Amino acid sequence: MKLIVAVIKPFKLDEVRQALTELGLQGMTVTEVKGYGRQKGHTEIYRGAEYAVNFLPKVKIEVVVPAKIVGKAIDAIADAAKTGQIGDGKIFVSPVERTLRIRTGEADADAL
Amino acid sequence: MQTLSRLFGSNAYRGFKMTRIHSLVAAMTIAGAFATMFADPALAQDKLDSGDTAWMLTSTALVLMMTIPGLALFYGGMVRKKNVLATIMQSFAVCCLMSVLWMVVGYSLAFTDGGSMNAWVGGLSKMFLAGMGKDSLTGTIPESVFMTFQMTFAIITPALICGAIADRMKFSAMLLFLGIWVIVVYAPITHWVWGGGFLADDGVLDFAGGTVVHINSGIAGLVAALVLGRRQGYGTENMAPHNLVLSVIGASMLWVGWFGFNAGSAVAADGAAGMAMAVTQICTATAALAWMFAEWIVLKKPSVLGIVSGAVAGLVAITPASGFVDPMGALFIGIAAGVICFIASVKVKHALGYDDSLDVFGIHGVGGIVGAILTGVFAVEAIGGTAGSLNQVLIQIEGIAATIVWSGLASFVILKVIDLTIGLRVEKNAEIEGLDINLHGEVVQ
Repeated sequence: MKLIVAVIKPFKLDEVRQALTELGLQGMTVTEVKGYGRQKGHTEIYRGAEYAVNFLPKVKIEVVVPAKIVGKAIDAIADAAKTGQIGDGKIFVSPVERTLRIRTGEADADAL
Repeated sequence: MQTLSRLFGSNAYRGFKMTRIHSLVAAMTIAGAFATMFADPALAQDKLDSGDTAWMLTSTALVLMMTIPGLALFYGGMVRKKNVLATIMQSFAVCCLMSVLWMVVGYSLAFTDGGSMNAWVGGLSKMFLAGMGKDSLTGTIPESVFMTFQMTFAIITPALICGAIADRMKFSAMLLFLGIWVIVVYAPITHWVWGGGFLADDGVLDFAGGTVVHINSGIAGLVAALVLGRRQGYGTENMAPHNLVLSVIGASMLWVGWFGFNAGSAVAADGAAGMAMAVTQICTATAALAWMFAEWIVLKKPSVLGIVSGAVAGLVAITPASGFVDPMGALFIGIAAGVICFIASVKVKHALGYDDSLDVFGIHGVGGIVGAILTGVFAVEAIGGTAGSLNQVLIQIEGIAATIVWSGLASFVILKVIDLTIGLRVEKNAEIEGLDINLHGEVVQ
């Protein structure tokens, strides 16, 4: 099992969800986050007062998938989230030791 | 008032140049020369006009809506999220406090005869609204309606000042300051202009409160901002508005409510009210566009906060002029107000470095001064009984100067006394953490 964490542009969330659903994935966790990478921030001006905004709003997706489809899942997310403009985000993958579905007690692959 | 204006002609008595009905009340006490004209009981006794009364009941509700929730939302959206409740609370609490103070003593000080002191302030004969019964009339409307209409002006004027002290003033100090201010500053200046005081005698034109409300609150706001000092982190931290949608809703409610403010100041449902409404709409829209285009040229983008700020600047500037100018005058006043208030709020403020948080001076003070002067330029005799002239401009400047001096001086003294006793500012940590949780024990998630 692998944990995929993807930080993407907020307006791409629905396309990513759809792409993962088509792979047969049945759940994900989404968080509204702020951060910066190469895109840096932007400048806002209110009545002449300029503010440099360093942390831009992004959406963080967390999804745990069986190891054998992790490649497909990463591609699906990358395809759906890509605009080609700076600030499209990043994907991180790490191993997961155990999974438990609380309601039924099912474990690992059965719990995904 | 309307009838008497026609009787006397526009120049018979300068005080009657004001369309405000309260000039009548004061004039009756001092117009010995016209005693014979009042001798005819048919002329001396006004009769209730149900049309006028219906419009003034409506106007009163509209002007109240300007403060709650209009101004509360306009200001609330512009502050940071940690201070939104404290900011909205200021408008709401000021609304309640001023209502009571106006009932207790404010109305009397503004609108009764002050005897030997009448040039400066009214008397105490109507404290607690003594003598105001169901059948008391002011002109053609019940005195109860007139008193409440004026109460809504006494509410919004101090509430406007809160924009200058946003994010850093103690709630207790704010209540004390504005409570004293409405009695010591607002009521006397109202009396000067509308209650038969010296500015009325001198012929200052202020249809709906450019001087009384806007210059007055703008100057008091500037003084308060200077006495309080800048916010923690001013110039370095991000103080961007947390929700401009609230501000747009608030500004829009101000705009709609302003029809009660300006057209209601005719104190009648007549042609003067209709023209006041028309020029208000024209000037406001023009000023909003003027600010937007100025910003677009200078700062490269037409902002939402810019266009609504321009609209408020236009509303402010047309306020003194709304009973005296025609649509062309309104157009010119709108252009001037939009551009000049833009420069004042966006350029001059930053150059001078004072922290008038929500631009009470830049919009209400400067807009009020622009409107007051241009009223003297663009006044049309066929509309308000006075033609624009250099002489009238000088009279307007007298009104501006008197208001700046008294509002500035008295506000400074009141603030300093409060600073030396209970203190004006919240603790540094409370300011950084946010006023909502520290002053009111609540937060918006």
